[in-house]
Formats: sequence, C-alpha cells, structure tokens
Amino acid sequence: MKRLKKFLLLLTAAPVVAFAAEAGIHLDTAPVNLADQESLQRGARVFVNNCLNCHAAASMRYIRMQDIGLSEEQIKDNLLFAAEKPGETMTVGMKAADGKAWFGATPPDLSVIARSRSADWLYTYLRGFYRDDTRPSGWNNTVFDKVGMPHVLWSLQGEQVPRFKTVDGHEVIDRLELVKPGTMTPAEYDAMVGDLVNYLVWMGEPAQLTRKRTGLAVLAFLAIFFIPAYYLKKEYWKDVH
Amino acid sequence: MSALQKMMGWIDDRFPLTATYKAHLSEYYAPKNFNFWYFFGSLALLVLVLQIVTGIFLTMNYKPDAALAFASVEYIMRDVEWGWLIRYMHSTGASMFFVVVYLHMFRGLMYGSYRKPRELIWIFGVLIYLALMAEAFLGYLLPWGQMSFWGAQVIVNLFAAVPFIGEDLSIWIRGDYVISDATLNRFFAFHVIALPLVLIALVAVHLVALHEVGSNNPDGIEIKKKKDPNTGIPLDGIPFHPYYTVKDIVGVVVFLMVFSAIVFFAPEMGGYFLEANNFIPADPLKTPPHIAPLWYFTPFYAILRAVPPMFGSQFPGVVAMGLSIVLLFFLPWLDRAKVKSIRYRGSIYKIMLALFIVSFVGLGYLGLLPATPIATLFARIFSVVYFLFFLLMPWYTSIDKTKPEPERVTG
Repeated sequence: MKRLKKFLLLLTAAPVVAFAAEAGIHLDTAPVNLADQESLQRGARVFVNNCLNCHAAASMRYIRMQDIGLSEEQIKDNLLFAAEKPGETMTVGMKAADGKAWFGATPPDLSVIARSRSADWLYTYLRGFYRDDTRPSGWNNTVFDKVGMPHVLWSLQGEQVPRFKTVDGHEVIDRLELVKPGTMTPAEYDAMVGDLVNYLVWMGEPAQLTRKRTGLAVLAFLAIFFIPAYYLKKEYWKDVH
Repeated sequence: MSALQKMMGWIDDRFPLTATYKAHLSEYYAPKNFNFWYFFGSLALLVLVLQIVTGIFLTMNYKPDAALAFASVEYIMRDVEWGWLIRYMHSTGASMFFVVVYLHMFRGLMYGSYRKPRELIWIFGVLIYLALMAEAFLGYLLPWGQMSFWGAQVIVNLFAAVPFIGEDLSIWIRGDYVISDATLNRFFAFHVIALPLVLIALVAVHLVALHEVGSNNPDGIEIKKKKDPNTGIPLDGIPFHPYYTVKDIVGVVVFLMVFSAIVFFAPEMGGYFLEANNFIPADPLKTPPHIAPLWYFTPFYAILRAVPPMFGSQFPGVVAMGLSIVLLFFLPWLDRAKVKSIRYRGSIYKIMLALFIVSFVGLGYLGLLPATPIATLFARIFSVVYFLFFLLMPWYTSIDKTKPEPERVTG
C-alpha cells in the first residue's frame, strides 16, 4: 500500500518533473577547463572504461587523443580495448537493436553529446541518479526523468534516494540523499564526473583549442591590416569634398 | 606601345575588357556622400563569394545520404584538414548573409532606393532575397540533424495546407511521404547547383540595373541631374574605383573582424547560428518538443503562427506569410512621397518606419519562442503593423509633410 501510494505520488509528479526538465531545471556548473590536460586524460580513461561499452563515439578516432597530451604508445597500451589500431574510431560491438531491447532506447552516440546537451546538463545528469523501484533498471534521474540508462557508476557513487517537498500541491524532488556510500567520497565522485564531462566537451569538437588559437592570429592580422587600409582610404579621399 | 598595351588592344578588339572595366569601376560615377549603410551591398557580394568557395570545399567531403550525412559533417569537422574552419565559415556565412542583406534592405527603405528609376533594382533585390531564403532553407537540411529534419518537415507541410492539391504537392516536393533520403538528395542538388546559379544570375542583373541608372544616395536626389558641362560627369559623382574600392576594403576588414570573432570564438552563436538540437542525428520517430526555424526566418514564422486557422485549415496563415514577402515587390508603387530620402520626409513616415522595424524585430523574437497566448497576442499586433506599413503607405506618404530636397548632395 505504501509503495502504491508512492508510485501514485510519483505519477502525479511526473508531468511536473518532465516539464521542469524541458523548462530548465536547476543545473550545476560543470568544471570545464580544456587547458587542463591531466583532467582531460583522466576523463578519457573514465570514458573508455565506463561509457565505451554501450555508447559509441563513432566520429572520434583514438589517435586524436594525442591532442590532449597522450602518446601513441600510451593510447595503445591503456585505452585501446575495443579497437585494433589507434587510427580507428570509437565504435562498440553492441548492436543498436540489442541496445533498444535491453534499455528501451539505443544508447546514443556520444561524439557530440556535449554540443547537444550542455556540459552543465551532463555534469548534473551523471550525478543525478537515484533509486526508483518503479523503473525497470531500478534507477531514475533528476534531469532526465524515466531515463533508460541504469546508473553505471553506482558502485563508485553509491546509492541516492530522493527527498520530496511540496510545491503548489505537487510533490517534487527537493534533493538527493546518499543512503549507501560507494567506493568514492562525494567529492571524489564529483571530481571524476567533472573530468569525464571535461573530456566529453573536448571530444565534441577536438579542434576547438586550435580554433581559438588560430582565431587570435586571424584577429591580430586583421587589426594590423586595418591600419594601412584605413590610411589608404584617407589618402585617396583627401581630394573628395 | 608596350607589350601590355598591345595585349590589351588585342583583347579589346575581341572582348570589351577595357570598356567593361571603365563602365563598372573606373568610370562608374557613384555619389560621393555614401555613408555607413552603403557598405552592406559590397559585403553581401563578399559573403556570396565566401559561401560559394566554402560550399565547393564542403561538397568534396559531404555525403548527401540519409545514412551518412550527419557523420560526414563530423568527418569534415575532425578529419578533414581545416574542415572545421570551412564548415564554420559556411554556417556563419549563412547567418551573416542575412545580417548584411537585412541591413542593405533597411538602407533601401530609409533612402528610398526602390523609387523610380530604381524599381527593377529593387525587384531583382527582392528576388535575390527570396532565392537566398530558399537556398538557406535547402542547405539547412543537409547536416541531417534533428532541427534540419523537423524544420524541413514543418516548412514542407506548409505546402500541404494548400487546398485540394496540398497533400500531393507536399509529396511531390519531398519525393516521399516524409522527409527522407530522396528529399535530402534533391535538396542537395538544389542547394549546390540550381539556387546558386539563380542567385548569381540575379546578382548580375541587380548590378547591371544599378549601373544603368546609377546609385541612389542618403539625400535621395539624382546626381545625374547636375553634370559638368565639359566632361558630362556628375558633379557629385566620384569614380567607384579607386574611391569606393579603397573605402570598401576598410569595411571588409571590419566585417571580417566581426565574422572571424564568431567563426573562431562563438561558431554556435549561443544556439542562434548552430542549434544544439542539430547535433542530434535526424530521428523521424522523435519529434523535438520545440521546433523553431533559424533566426532569419522567425519574423515570417511568427506571422504564420499569428493567423488563426480558418475552416480547419492553416492555409490563411500560409497566405499571410507569403503575402508579407510579396508586398515587398510593390513597394516602389506604394510609396507616393515627393521625396525619397528619410532626411526630407515628414514625421509620419519616420514613425511608420520605426513601427515597422520594431514589429519586424519583435516578430523575429517571438518566432523563436513557443506560442503562448501572450506571445500570440503580440505577434498579432506586430503582424497587423507589418501589413499596415505597406497597405497604408499610399495614403500616409501622400499626406506626409516633406521638406524640400537640396540641389546638391550634402555631407
């Protein structure tokens, strides 16, 4: 009876939460710093070990991780589980149809996930799993209600349960409470997720650091070019008027 | 006679090279009082060239195939040398094309550049604008993201609202019952061949017509009325080259700084130039919660949504949207004022133009938002003002108190 009541409560809250997810639920700020190569490297390891079993990143080549300070040898020795050669892209063996059968939806390709979902969304999402017996996987998520993905990192984070509050007569999730600690402290877990999100942001556009460096050179050139262009115009226009 | 002169003579006997150069550059006399607003014509030409050149390089690696298109864009972004730069220049160029074209059109509205004898220049210009909208719409399908797919779905469905033939018409356009591989292929063909040819031809006749009658200016008076009796050159005219070529170089440098700032530091432009949802591959089974067209179409999209369905059909909205563009063609004959430039117009026209701009920008803003009752109310008010600007123009321009035009250009 108690469980049924909770289920009914969740059911009434579901549209509100779903709406909140669309209309901008509170997102924590992700500690993105693409200049921090060590963080990117740690994030790459977390990604390859945990995500790259169900999720592919089919546009991303392993060898590109040279851009975040890894040597070809390091990539081969530590990160190349699902591929033969570092020139290959990050694909997975799991078939799309199997993924759909197992999780209710095919796990999306993560090549540009940080561009479709924001870094803050990913950071909040990966820390927002909570126990929910009404879900097939036993897990639900604060920013992605009824998500098909189970909490893959649960052994590290531990188990969270929601604490509710009443807003306008509806029960909504107030906060999550860690009831069963994982192997990491909350601070360690947050830092690890931060590294992972940092890596995902970088992977969304590996050229972005080059892009900004090139941009500075281009703008500097244009600023210098402006000077002769301006005085040339001024010189010619002396005889007008 | 030097070798170079000999060669030029040889060419000129067979092709009017020197004559063309003189007619369009060194002896094309433009009014000397062009101001800031006169940069955007040459800038539009620059962006057209940028789009064509970057577009050619994009087609070398892009795959117009529903199964490959999305990944091929990411391939360009990652594995093609400087591919990211080419792609961002093209995506930024699309939006910047509309920025400069809107400013160019606003210039025409302010100084009456559409008035006699420049009616055809204006009509060719509106045709360029139409072709540009088609080109942008077709091109936006190519990355095959969620917004590409659903945006195209919404727009093609507008044709389905046409009575009697609508359903068949929309299937004919798509080549399928939904947006599909067939649609992607034909949109690609139109985007890279058909529309660019049309655009270039229209730009050419736009310029030929302009150089036939000569440029207008911020005073809206004809410089050809006051010519030097000996040379026949307009007294207020200066050769386009070198005066306006060197001036336009300065404009180009400043424009490229803005352009580069976006390309290199904010290529998504906060989701206005590249939408977040378009980084999700097209999924015909998953409708995004909110579908908004890119910013340059939103004024017309807002007009479409502002019109309520009548007799269970969205067709009136589609007609209103079409009409909002068609009205532009009639502008030269709707305006009855004795003067061209806003400098010598009365306060009624100034107020109407201001209201028109507020409405257009307001519609553009509302078109980005989901349709709430309050947003719809404002969209309706703005739409009415938009139409009244044109429909009441014959009346308010003829009663408006104008100031006398000067004999010669000022400033």
